[in-house]
Amino acid sequence: MSTKKTVKKTAKKSAKLSPKKTRTAALKSTKAPQRAAAKPAAKAPKRAAAKAAPVTSASEFMAHAYAMEVEAAERYAEFADAMEVHNNREVAELFRKLSRIEQRHADQILEQMGWKQSPVASAGYRWEGMEGPETADPTELHYLMQPYHALQIALHNEKRARDFFAHLAKITGNPGVRKGALEMREEEAEHVHLIEGWLKRTPKPDANWQADQDPPALSD
Amino acid sequence: MTSSASAAPLTAQAFKSDYKPIWCPGCGDYSVLSSFTKAFALLQLQPENVAVVSGIGCSSRIPAYTNCYGFHGVHGRSLAAAAGLKLARPDLTVVVASGDGDGYSIGGNHFLHACRRNVDLTYVVMDNHVYGMTKGQPSPTTEPDWESKLSPEGTGLREFNPLVVALAAGANFVARGFAGDPNGTAELIAQAIKAPGFSFVEVLSPCITFRPEQREWKNMVRPASVPSTDDAALAARRLMTDDGMNIGVLYKGGRKPYQSPVGKGKKQPSDLEQEFTL
Repeated sequence: MSTKKTVKKTAKKSAKLSPKKTRTAALKSTKAPQRAAAKPAAKAPKRAAAKAAPVTSASEFMAHAYAMEVEAAERYAEFADAMEVHNNREVAELFRKLSRIEQRHADQILEQMGWKQSPVASAGYRWEGMEGPETADPTELHYLMQPYHALQIALHNEKRARDFFAHLAKITGNPGVRKGALEMREEEAEHVHLIEGWLKRTPKPDANWQADQDPPALSD
Repeated sequence: MTSSASAAPLTAQAFKSDYKPIWCPGCGDYSVLSSFTKAFALLQLQPENVAVVSGIGCSSRIPAYTNCYGFHGVHGRSLAAAAGLKLARPDLTVVVASGDGDGYSIGGNHFLHACRRNVDLTYVVMDNHVYGMTKGQPSPTTEPDWESKLSPEGTGLREFNPLVVALAAGANFVARGFAGDPNGTAELIAQAIKAPGFSFVEVLSPCITFRPEQREWKNMVRPASVPSTDDAALAARRLMTDDGMNIGVLYKGGRKPYQSPVGKGKKQPSDLEQEFTL
């Protein structure tokens, strides 16, 4: 991917697929889950967008990009585990796939930067918005959620990531960071477009998708 | 368990077990678990030198999900078990996980005396203002006007203020975190572990199953506008105007941790036995 070339021109050319191409290909190859079409689902609640953290060098920019991908991958994996435990296998599989896509991207950043290990401290970055700009909000989950909802979450995150890079490109004084951020913004914008298409192919949940004959909550 | 002989730095993943949490989707405790493992990695602790002790409740399932030594104890008694462990094995890092029911109600008395005794423990309480595991009864931190089928018209009882109690009872480190800020909470837990004596970290951890309105917490919490203090009186004054949504370290004291009079280089159990010889 050109972003990485900008940051580190000596990056190995051996990578067969750039992170961008890999992610895009992975998203394009995903088939729409088969489920009966129904009424539109409720929109995911808005969440405050993470602002750009201060990034002063191209290397630091790539470390942030890496952290974003890792945190997003970990969160999707956590969602997949939760859905598996609650026997919502279709959504679990979708979250697992999203996690793999994010993790692959993170791994390729490591490889192309020549980093032998994570450039990020164990506790991660302190994002201005509390969590990384591509990290899904756990309070959006529901044990009866459907693939459409999962894709809405993914779409929201890709939009946040796109806005994060756009903001970073706008405020940075470092030309390398700006160029990288603009390219990443375009990449995320492409992902937004792909997920929007994916959503169009995915059946919308029934209005009563949350209905449960044996609900866990007695307090409703 | 991960070997301490490994040269590569341990990552948070090294502290996670293979068991998948069975919390409800969206539970804040997932993120607190992540904060635990990140804090251990941040401090580069070795899993075999860490013990996670808990009582009963959703949050108390955490020991099973870590790759450290763990003890899933009885309801409200996690601090008693942890204090015993720490005094017997002062070389271990002992972290105690609890919830607002287990920690402030059933184990409320242990909480007071753990603060007072000041054994070198880290106590992390995941507070969701409800008994989640038993399907949504009001807990000590539930607001007096919170209505549910199980508490029509609310309890009418003033809620417990854990930070005030911890400070008044003598905790040496008092902080509040938020599950929606896992990296920040990891740093808080790491600071709490490093601080000598009894460290108390209250973590607001939403239960969206029984308290769906807690989704709003992410829009309500904020970093405390003032730095931590070592002045307990000043910390107490700050708590007078605290709305429960300020996160960060409130108080870092300098009280010497409790040390057992028995152990290596000190009295031995046989010495104690002699005192009781008739």
